[in-house]
Amino acid sequence: MSSDSPPAAAPAPDLPASHPPIQPGLGELFVAFAKMSLAGFGGVLVWARRGIVEQHRWMTADEFNETFALCHFLPGPNIVNLSFVFGSRFRGLAGGIAAFAGLVGPPMLIAIVLAALYKHYGELEALRRTLAGVACVAVGLLLSVMLKMTMPLVKRRDIAGLAVLVAVFIAIGVLRLPLAEVLLVAVPASMAITLLIRLRGRA
Amino acid sequence: MNEDLNPIWTLIWTFGLMSLFAVGGANAAIPEMHRIAVEVHHWMTDKEFADVFAISQLSPGPNVLIVTLIGYSVAGIAGALAATLAMCGPTALLAYYVSRLLTRSRHSRWPAIIQAALVPLSIGLMAASGFILARTSDQSWIAVLTTVATAIVAFATRVNPFWLLLAGGVLGFAGVI
Repeated sequence: MSSDSPPAAAPAPDLPASHPPIQPGLGELFVAFAKMSLAGFGGVLVWARRGIVEQHRWMTADEFNETFALCHFLPGPNIVNLSFVFGSRFRGLAGGIAAFAGLVGPPMLIAIVLAALYKHYGELEALRRTLAGVACVAVGLLLSVMLKMTMPLVKRRDIAGLAVLVAVFIAIGVLRLPLAEVLLVAVPASMAITLLIRLRGRA
Repeated sequence: MNEDLNPIWTLIWTFGLMSLFAVGGANAAIPEMHRIAVEVHHWMTDKEFADVFAISQLSPGPNVLIVTLIGYSVAGIAGALAATLAMCGPTALLAYYVSRLLTRSRHSRWPAIIQAALVPLSIGLMAASGFILARTSDQSWIAVLTTVATAIVAFATRVNPFWLLLAGGVLGFAGVI
């Protein structure tokens, strides 16, 4: 997010004429987010972008990036935050709740049905084996997302960032320290480093 | 923590608090979920946790579904709802208020700096998640190979993750992994 571009605002009057102020209703918000969510395996972001920017044209690509960046740097499930912020921008709190319910509700039902099946048949040997195979792949998917997110740091030769990354990995993954305590140290430290590097870069 | 407490309240308290520290999304909070569900409260075994993660990935939708499933295994449907709302509610409201605030003070440099500082943190957390889950789910060298191959394929191509999950399930069913 560049510092001089304004964060995405509510559909503002100064938007270009090619971007008509489309105002989705509550039902539309629910259905749109349910569709994106049900299409998304291993993450909904790609589908959310496709739905919001390309299909419905509710936001421009830049507005979407800025809204996502905001939701990414805040704590909590990013895409859930995005749905709430997005919905509320058009229809207030009710809009936020409609988008959130669409995003989480239908997949939640599917997950609960799968979990109930697991509870009843979890001890079946064939299901155990199948799930073990799925688990291996699921971990691989998680690692691939991590790799994709690391590439910009590697390309920038961001040594400080990579050092923070490795330190957090060791503290949480290997030493198994509690998250809250690690973050209480790591967040201020990382912000101080970032600030220092930016100030030096400008000098 | 007091184990006599209604488990629903324990779920709400645990995930509500955790969400505020979940920088980088639900997948980054997996080590903490594992620590709390397996080591602190003994809600499930290591293996069950890995299975729950697999089921959450097998379902479409946001990654936060793993919280739904932990809640379900602790206290059924009510537990699933309570855990999910506790994990999503507080931070969604926070995001709502911050986004309104930022819309007003639109020339602030702080969002960019905070974001840049948090990116390596959230990647480090995800790496830890992968490591912890791999240690429980990758029990054979073929399993390790499957995980590594998946990571490479998903990193280098744009194939829909569903097909990879399906392939993993088929290999597991066939007894290869």
